[in-house]
Amino acid sequence: MTSSQYKVIGSRPLRPDGVDKVTGRAVYGADVKLPGMLHGKILRSPHAHARIVSIDVSAAQALPGVRAVVTARELPSVGDTVTDLGESVVNLRYMSNNILAHDKVLYHGHAIAAVAADNPHIAEEAARLIKVTYEVLPHVLDGRAAMAANAPILLPDLRTNELGKQGSSQTNVAEHIRHQRGDLAAGFAAADVIVEREFHTATVHQGYVEPHAAVALWNEDDQILVWCSTQGSFGVQEQMAELLQVPPSRVVVTPTEIGGGFGGKNSVYLEPVAALLSRKAGHRPVKMTMTRAEVLFGTGPTSGSYIRVKMGATRDGTLTAAEAEMIYEAGAFPGSPVGAGCGVLFGPYKLENVQVDGYDVVVNRPKSAAYRAPGGTNAAFAAEAVVDELTEKLGIDPIAFRLHNAVREGDRRADGPELPRIGFIETLEAARDHAHYSAPLPGKQRGRGVAAGFWFNWGGKSSASASVNADGTVNLVEGSTDIGGSRASLAMQLAETLGIPYADIRPQVVGTAGVGYNEGTYGSRTTFSTGWAVYELGKKILDEMRQRAATHWDVPVDGVTVQDGTFAHNGDSMSFRELAGQLEVPVSVSASVFPSGFGPSFAVHIVDVEVDVETGKVEILRYTAVQDVGKAIHPAYVEGQLQGGAAQGVGWALNEEYVYDDKGRLVNASLLDYRMPTALDLPMIDTVLVEVANPGHPYGVRGVGEVPIVPPAAALANAIYQATGVRMTELPMSPARVSAALLAAAVPA
Amino acid sequence: MKSRVIVSTTINGEPTEFLCEPRQSLLEVLRDVLGLTGAKEGCNNGNCGACNVLMDGVLVNSCLVLGVEAESHRIETVEGLAVNGKLHPLQQKFLEHAALQCGICTPGFLLSAKALLDHNPDPSEAEVRHWLAGNLCRCTGYDKIVRAVLDAADSA
Repeated sequence: MTSSQYKVIGSRPLRPDGVDKVTGRAVYGADVKLPGMLHGKILRSPHAHARIVSIDVSAAQALPGVRAVVTARELPSVGDTVTDLGESVVNLRYMSNNILAHDKVLYHGHAIAAVAADNPHIAEEAARLIKVTYEVLPHVLDGRAAMAANAPILLPDLRTNELGKQGSSQTNVAEHIRHQRGDLAAGFAAADVIVEREFHTATVHQGYVEPHAAVALWNEDDQILVWCSTQGSFGVQEQMAELLQVPPSRVVVTPTEIGGGFGGKNSVYLEPVAALLSRKAGHRPVKMTMTRAEVLFGTGPTSGSYIRVKMGATRDGTLTAAEAEMIYEAGAFPGSPVGAGCGVLFGPYKLENVQVDGYDVVVNRPKSAAYRAPGGTNAAFAAEAVVDELTEKLGIDPIAFRLHNAVREGDRRADGPELPRIGFIETLEAARDHAHYSAPLPGKQRGRGVAAGFWFNWGGKSSASASVNADGTVNLVEGSTDIGGSRASLAMQLAETLGIPYADIRPQVVGTAGVGYNEGTYGSRTTFSTGWAVYELGKKILDEMRQRAATHWDVPVDGVTVQDGTFAHNGDSMSFRELAGQLEVPVSVSASVFPSGFGPSFAVHIVDVEVDVETGKVEILRYTAVQDVGKAIHPAYVEGQLQGGAAQGVGWALNEEYVYDDKGRLVNASLLDYRMPTALDLPMIDTVLVEVANPGHPYGVRGVGEVPIVPPAAALANAIYQATGVRMTELPMSPARVSAALLAAAVPA
Repeated sequence: MKSRVIVSTTINGEPTEFLCEPRQSLLEVLRDVLGLTGAKEGCNNGNCGACNVLMDGVLVNSCLVLGVEAESHRIETVEGLAVNGKLHPLQQKFLEHAALQCGICTPGFLLSAKALLDHNPDPSEAEVRHWLAGNLCRCTGYDKIVRAVLDAADSA
């Protein structure tokens, strides 16, 4: 399909929620205000690892203005239920323990108790009056150290799931997984060149600008009403139901606008605590918002990791074998994205002989949460650097090498599944042919790097409904949090299907009480899957309207055609709007889908850097992100995904990390010291949208949001090598680390 | 000491009196006392710019100004940008360039950009980037924001 087939898809209309968002009128999590509302605050652990000996809340309770204090004792006991949070799974017993620590604190900042009071200042003061006695325990922050025989044990009941079999001894290793195919020894024996390297990546945070915020009301009728900033209302409903042991139907979640999530706003933190406080405080609504420090202490982050990669290739540049070991730090409870990391690692390449071992390891850091292509950036940083070194040793152009080894439709991924129609080859060709790739780059300490990335994407369950108004406009009711323009991309797909103008679609995002079940906005699934639901709505509306036109003309329905929003029969015709104005019985429809034809995404990034040898600072001179986007419904928002993902990847690559002291305390929990990229740190980010339509979607959509964060760190490391001759194997490649590496290699200024 | 103080200000052109506790920041006053929730709290310590407002035409982090310090000063917030039902050119250009994704940082960026264009109507890309370096956006990579500001300057 070419874009000329479409009237709406591929255009760049203004977003339906735009005016509210540029006038400050849009209501985000912290903007919710209810009559009689109290304010809650959480007390957090000052220790990385300690047994809670006692908690004395009497002084807090006695402070005037305090209405309720809760601890983990108020949480019902939860069994070992594993729930899918969208790109991460979690055992709810552990999740309960994460929300309010039961008998041990497992990281600096672990929530222990909460207070509701008349205003936030009183609540904060009261939280400080809670006396906790701790027995401090030895802590462990590093994944490999946590695997050692004498390491402090975080969770006494944890046993390793060792390739599917349950272990019998105490451990910090929650799981060992393995992908294996072919004959590794024979593969390496056939190689002319073998490169093996070790890599480390730091713990990083999603860094959404809006801190977590929620209001909960435990009503006298035992309905629990929640207003919160979340990637998925139904996910909040499910988690609340499990954590509080109430039926899901009793939890009604209304989503607010969301100020960024990137995976970090799928799991609940404040919502169940606010509900408990509300019940205890005489059924008054309780609002809880996190400070930035709390966001960094208690939410997110994604795993730091250790990765060892070994790859071999023949002289002509054919990969013969690849092997890797990946150790991901899950944080205090199991559930790192190591599984996804294992899939992304060699995802772009055709490999017959491959083995990947992954370990999910608990350490005394915050419980990790999904972060945009979870686990992918770590993996690509390692594998793409080894590929770069292979191409150097073989004297083959990096893109030519990748083209030679690239996966195509029908190839099998290292982790099993066969690939559908994908656009990796086209993406590599577009990168190769881009003016950036062949532009001269004169000057000292300047270099160009390139890296590829793969992401699975997801489909998932979506529901939506629509009704036709008498003036010919259509209300679209959907349950997918709009995190970056999906009201527009969904309204456009409905307008295209109906053949009516985009402006005639009125989209609205509602909560659990207003629409059928929806998975959250994660996995690059909304424009794909909810888009499919919306396409079904369009078809149903047209079917229904054709019936009505047939009745109007008193002819069989088969004789009525519809094209471009016009119904016709034998010379008679009526526009969608005219027919809508004559409907006696209203037309309203709903649709639920669970499509499986989501297509994977591939990206290739090119970056030019200049390295300041004195300071180790890496300056980005030029950046180009090339990606197979399937079909760009709203190209401006697709470009925005590529640019935003690249920028986050740059932050991960060059600056961002959790810094701990020797007692395991996080020492940089502020946006001054946790340094995310600013406008001054980045150039314009050029994008190339390669459109290889996904045959698994009516409009060719494939997910676009996640893969752009996969290549940046690797592309930057490869560029730094070209600039300095030094291969950086540790993230972030901050000025301190780069200058230390340059000094060690005696690179002259 | 009185527990609350009466403060007289002008907010978005309207003479406004409010009652605030001496410990409340201007951001708290705007959001919790006056119901002007366009200014956002992203960090509460001056590092993200989501709460930016203009005070006598000067860009400030409203989280770092006390409510009582607003006495006799003129405050401009995002709610005052559109006049008589017409969006400010910056608001219009942000929409046209898709310069927002989640939108939480947008009010702060609009105020920062307004402060820039008010005193430098024709900035270079480098000047825009320098001026906006106090505002964090985690969604866009800044590309479309910078273009929107440059375009607003060109079309003014």
